[in-house]
Amino acid sequence: MRDESTFRVKAGLAEMLKGGVIMDVVTPEQAKIAEEAGAAAVMALERVPADIRRDGGVARMSDPAMIKGIQEAVSIPVMAKARIGHFAEAQVLEALEVDFIDESEVLTPADEAHHIDKWAFKVPFVCGATNLGEALRRISEGAAMIRSKGEAGTGDIVEAVRHLRSIRGEIRRLGTLDEMELYGAAKELRAPIELVRFVAREGRLPVPLFCAGGIATPADASLVMQLGAEAVFVGSGIFKSEDPERRARAIVEATTHYQDPARVAKASEGLGAAMESLETRTLEESQLLAGRGW
Amino acid sequence: MTATTDAPLIGVVALQGGFAAHERMLRGLGARVREVRTPADLEGLEGLVWPGGESTTMTLAVEREGLAEPLRALVADGTPVFGTCAGMIMLDRAHLGLLDVLCRRNAFGRQLHSFEADLHVPGVTDGQEPIRAVFIRAPWVREAGPDVEVLAEVDGHPVAVRQGNLLAVSFHPELSDDVRLHRRFLELVLARRGDR
Repeated sequence: MRDESTFRVKAGLAEMLKGGVIMDVVTPEQAKIAEEAGAAAVMALERVPADIRRDGGVARMSDPAMIKGIQEAVSIPVMAKARIGHFAEAQVLEALEVDFIDESEVLTPADEAHHIDKWAFKVPFVCGATNLGEALRRISEGAAMIRSKGEAGTGDIVEAVRHLRSIRGEIRRLGTLDEMELYGAAKELRAPIELVRFVAREGRLPVPLFCAGGIATPADASLVMQLGAEAVFVGSGIFKSEDPERRARAIVEATTHYQDPARVAKASEGLGAAMESLETRTLEESQLLAGRGW
Repeated sequence: MTATTDAPLIGVVALQGGFAAHERMLRGLGARVREVRTPADLEGLEGLVWPGGESTTMTLAVEREGLAEPLRALVADGTPVFGTCAGMIMLDRAHLGLLDVLCRRNAFGRQLHSFEADLHVPGVTDGQEPIRAVFIRAPWVREAGPDVEVLAEVDGHPVAVRQGNLLAVSFHPELSDDVRLHRRFLELVLARRGDR
């Protein structure tokens, strides 16, 4: 008997992206450059987060023609973003046969109370999270991969570090609780007890944990991998830098050799200027993206 | 099981992809495991597992690390290798040329068409339940040389092959709880130890 799109098949694709770099691209040409630099997948979108931030206004799903162009240009998986709660955008992306849908806080949320019911789809979803409760709520809705949110489009790693440390720290804490205490923890985390029990027992999420938001250098990639990320998303960090091709290769190399400082050092040499960055601490509350999602 | 010093030492290619799941499974079967990223990591291995992932990413990494020649030497020496999905592609004629097959990438289509199916593999599931095989943007074998034994097919396309000590499947046994293919691979490793 043949079953398509089981949860194992969905989370399995996330498993295959581990140890890799998923790069934001806005044209088929950029997608080719990303693939040739060793990207494990690309995220097709109209504007990278740094530009969304600069331009303001409502950020929506990309033009299907642009997504198709990127699908034709590369053989690696192609992901695309839908607005939080905008299940019709997700339906369109599924009809386009994208390989992964990112229900993303980088776009302007469409629903202020509900995330997409991801179980209703055959294509796997990745969702952002800033803490363990948020991650488990997204998994309970059917997400097959979690990425820490960070603060997209800033080139500032501080929020990604905060979110990863929070998720990993709370996972470790659950491991120290007894069965009775897990019920209290589930209530605090606002997450289903079954998922809380799994995390307490296994010491990890039931789906892969990747990192996104603010990665701009090979050392940033090494940092988040050492903090427990299993792969990295690089948004504006590559194509907003001085030499995207070189930087892309360097971040791929550093992600593979994240435990080897000599290799990360070598990969970091002579890359030119990183993306123009924003210090998250100086941003207004209304400019922060990570708070989107509930 | 806990690995003893006598346990076989298996390398798992960790350039990119599903290496963690293979490692868990191999350790569960009592093997010692080493992640392989550079030629130095190949030293002393008794078997090598090549996980799934993206073959374009892996091809670039093999080139960057200078792994092609040392890998050919390892296989020429008779070391058993087990490739899954992209790992099978990496072994084929168009890539490292270690296994006499040619694969078609993403043969079943995009992720929307990824699936699970029951599969019998001779010498592995004889008289037993089939393997629940997980296919993810999977390849199939479109050409196989005379020394290649086709072990299983889906829709008339080979998805599991063996050529001497090289075993390759286009699906993901490491994503299930079914350890039979990994156990079979470790048998090849131990048999070779006996031959030496």
